[in-house]
Amino acid sequence: MANLKELSKKQEPLTGGHRLCPGCGASIVVRQVLLASKDPVVVVSATGCLEVSTTIFPYSAWKVPFLHNAFENAAATMSGVEAYYQYLKRKGKTSQHINFVAFGGDGGTYDIGFQSLSGAMERGHDLTYVCYNNQAYMNTGIQRSSATPKGANTTTEPAGKVKQGKTMNRKDLTEIMVAHNIPYVAQATVGNWADLTRKAEKAFSIRGPKFMNVLQPCRLGWAYKPEETGVIGRIAAETCFWPLYEVENGVYKITKPREKKPITEFLKTQERFRHLFKPGNEKIIEDIQAEVDQRWQSLLAKEAMTAKAAK
Amino acid sequence: MVKVVAKTGNEAMAEAMRQINPDVVAAYPITPATEIVMIFAKYVADGLVDTEYVAVESEHSAMSACVGASAAGGRVMTGTSSQGLALMYEILPIVSSLRLPIVMCDVNRAISGPINIHCDHSDTMAAQDFGWVQIFSENSQEAYDSLIQAIRIAEDPRLQLPTMVTTDGFIISHCMDKIELLDDADVQKFIGGERKAATRLLDIDKPVTLGLIDLQDYYFEHRVQVAEAMRGAKKIILEVADEFAEKFGRKYGLIEGYQLDDAEHVIVALGSTCGTTKVVVDELRAKGIKAGLLKIRVFRPFPAEEIAAALSKAKTVAVLDRSDTWSAQGGHVFTEVRSGMFDQKAKPKMINYIYGLGGREINLELIRQVYTDLQNIEKQPLVQYLGVRE
Ligand SMILES: Cc1ncc(C[n+]2csc(CCOP(=O)(O)OP(=O)(O)O)c2C)c(N)n1
Repeated sequence: MANLKELSKKQEPLTGGHRLCPGCGASIVVRQVLLASKDPVVVVSATGCLEVSTTIFPYSAWKVPFLHNAFENAAATMSGVEAYYQYLKRKGKTSQHINFVAFGGDGGTYDIGFQSLSGAMERGHDLTYVCYNNQAYMNTGIQRSSATPKGANTTTEPAGKVKQGKTMNRKDLTEIMVAHNIPYVAQATVGNWADLTRKAEKAFSIRGPKFMNVLQPCRLGWAYKPEETGVIGRIAAETCFWPLYEVENGVYKITKPREKKPITEFLKTQERFRHLFKPGNEKIIEDIQAEVDQRWQSLLAKEAMTAKAAK
Repeated sequence: MVKVVAKTGNEAMAEAMRQINPDVVAAYPITPATEIVMIFAKYVADGLVDTEYVAVESEHSAMSACVGASAAGGRVMTGTSSQGLALMYEILPIVSSLRLPIVMCDVNRAISGPINIHCDHSDTMAAQDFGWVQIFSENSQEAYDSLIQAIRIAEDPRLQLPTMVTTDGFIISHCMDKIELLDDADVQKFIGGERKAATRLLDIDKPVTLGLIDLQDYYFEHRVQVAEAMRGAKKIILEVADEFAEKFGRKYGLIEGYQLDDAEHVIVALGSTCGTTKVVVDELRAKGIKAGLLKIRVFRPFPAEEIAAALSKAKTVAVLDRSDTWSAQGGHVFTEVRSGMFDQKAKPKMINYIYGLGGREINLELIRQVYTDLQNIEKQPLVQYLGVRE
């Protein structure tokens, strides 16, 4: 794997000067993923913070070919780009390898873009879909998505007098992608650059559909100081709120934290969970912890099971 | 060498697609357009075309994949109908603003609800404002010829706008008709080899950013550029048609007149109904009644001046609409034709018939009725429903 010094010498795919918030994790995801490619990349982005902030005409922060189509169709759009590339290759009109990378927020991936993503994965296009997952629709002002965790305060499921934020648990899209039986699925987070870069490199080394779900702390929607993005990303992994793992051809590999911290360590870093610490809301925190524990146990079991099967 | 064969509209369109041999086709089945992509998929499976066929999971993704492939630089086609076209609506104006010359076969079918699989024009008419060239066909031959021309029209460097060619669901799509096929080589020669895209997403050395966000300071100008291109489309469509006529002998225009020059009573229509109307025109002419037909082939861009000139000598005009606007002002074609006539000094009296929704039959008797009405136009309402039960 490339070290930091080598990475720092590569040409930036996304320049500074874009209009993302200070401390935004989305651009970190993009840069770290794309820098991991040794081949040329072509990017498609869904509508969302990333796209609107980097492509305000007549400016563009993209140093690599970039296409934005609409909100829910990054995967389908990239399917078309890749299909034409396959055509060129088959006809002997190109031999250059290109990595096709689609970026979408959790809204454009878990919800409205879910069908398009599932279709593209099932069809087996050679592309890497990266969800920069900030757990809400940030671009339109922090509305809940199916990636939003239980208890989080959002503008469409706000914490109020009788309701304490989102009532349902998050959808586990990573596992749904594993169920697509694609060659590579990974979960990573902003704040763990080595892990993220290694996973992106792995994805690019594999032919076929790849899916990466990258937790992206959002300083606006989660409400914390801009400089804490990386720290909060790491705490998400340490509490197993966002386990770091990958599934290669069905085999699970977890990067386990040295010590599994209680979920409160993660919750207390952000405003979106502040109401949970008011008296009377203990049960919600317990529920969140129970959900995290249950998922973690199930993940460990899957790792053990698939490791055995692989042997 | 001309080959005369019997083909349905769908077969004719699939045949044209085989001869065009597009780089990428992304499609999703819907009655009555399914056959086009089904037949084409078999061509792919049999190695008769070089196309990369993407069998997507929805029409929304079909059009999205078409955008990707076309932005990448490919020659791209698809086919759909009704709800399928409606599911593409969100992407259709993105295609035109990106100036991607995607060519689509649309088999006209009623829009839900209630769900109905038969012909009317409500799907295409609802897509009229999305910056696509729209060409209607009277029969399979026209569908075939127009689809081949559509590649040239869409990809013309002066235009670069997506183009759809429509047929009437079941009436054309599933009815066997005699058509003259061109040689494969002639089609290839006519469309002019590979697409030459001005910008290509796959150009790694010259990276482009496509589909940017345009705020108050540029969006308007970009939309106007589409409008300007569309304004110039008529000339390009006619140039392509002229070249087609010169090479293959079949001449097309934006509109077509049938016994129109001295006609007093004129029906304006689109699609297969024009064939039915021609029969009635012949009957009436034999009786000495000066009946005529104005067929609109190209609906976008709308040939308003050509229509106004062609109707200027008529006494009465009935515009037939196979779709309703729900505006309480008549159908899509009627409002456009009427608006086109406004600046004429001598205006014919004009009425509108909404007809044939959901595949309701339009027969000789109903068309005769319209011509009879035209001869007593003073007694007719501005807008009426033709062939609907009271
Ligand atoms: C069909 C459609 N519905 C709604 C929108 C409005 N919209 C744009 S971005 C967005 C939310 C994006 O959320 P997400 O995908 O999580 O990305 P983020 O904003 O967090 O970057 C919404 C709802 C749209 N552009 N298109």
